[in-house]
Amino acid sequence: MFNVEVNGPFVAFFVFAAIMIGGAVLMISLEKVVHMVVSMAAVFLGLAGMYVLLDAEFAAFVQVLIYAGAVSILMVFGIMMTKHNAAKEPVRPLHETLAAVGALSLFGLLFYAIRQTDIPETGAAGAGGAPGAVTDNTLAIGELLYTGYIVPFELLSVLLTVAFIGAISLAKKEAE
Amino acid sequence: MLPSYLTLAAILFCIGLYGALAKRNAIIVLLSLELMLNAVNLNLIAFSKYGVVPSLTGQIFSVFTITVAAAEAAVAVAVLIALFRARGTVDVEHMNAMRR
Repeated sequence: MFNVEVNGPFVAFFVFAAIMIGGAVLMISLEKVVHMVVSMAAVFLGLAGMYVLLDAEFAAFVQVLIYAGAVSILMVFGIMMTKHNAAKEPVRPLHETLAAVGALSLFGLLFYAIRQTDIPETGAAGAGGAPGAVTDNTLAIGELLYTGYIVPFELLSVLLTVAFIGAISLAKKEAE
Repeated sequence: MLPSYLTLAAILFCIGLYGALAKRNAIIVLLSLELMLNAVNLNLIAFSKYGVVPSLTGQIFSVFTITVAAAEAAVAVAVLIALFRARGTVDVEHMNAMRR
């Protein structure tokens, strides 16, 4: 893991990783809610760059459209519709310490598992017949979506429709 | 490269977990949930390139996950707005009507 040669994708990986971790840490530590959403948008854009590095161009564009566009704007609207008074809430040191210990121990566990796992070196650069590595990624995903995954795709459309109708009827003003 | 991506996703997931557990503003809790979902997506796409059997299935799954996450965000913001209208707060500490 630590003795790879320094090349273009490696440098890009570290730049995107720095953007994402910096954005996430800022999201946790900033004071104002709108600043938190903007730093989250930086994380989403960094993830899109990471997807391009991983030969997933379609997922990268979907990430930019849905997350950096729609979800960020939705959160900004949610902030706008609710009130955020600047009054200092009482801090909860025990609660926050427990949460930090839990998150850190989970990370330790995951990191140990990742380092212990013996991952075979295959598949890089489209070896082993990755269909999307050399050909058109979006075309391959579209073909797969409309052949092998047609039933989940249709179910997901129904889910989206139900979710948006439900969101409208939930947020609509109650009739007096 | 795969362990680097997995470690990065683990870092993002743990930051999101801390935010979801420790923050009091419900909008920030939602954002932390999105961060955790994004970490999972990164894992899926990393495995779809560097996994033992590279295939597009990971990317298809990540697109499905993004769709479900978008639906979740829409419904959650709607619930928050309705809750704010009823209770006048978005503090998760005050959302304990079912506990009392």
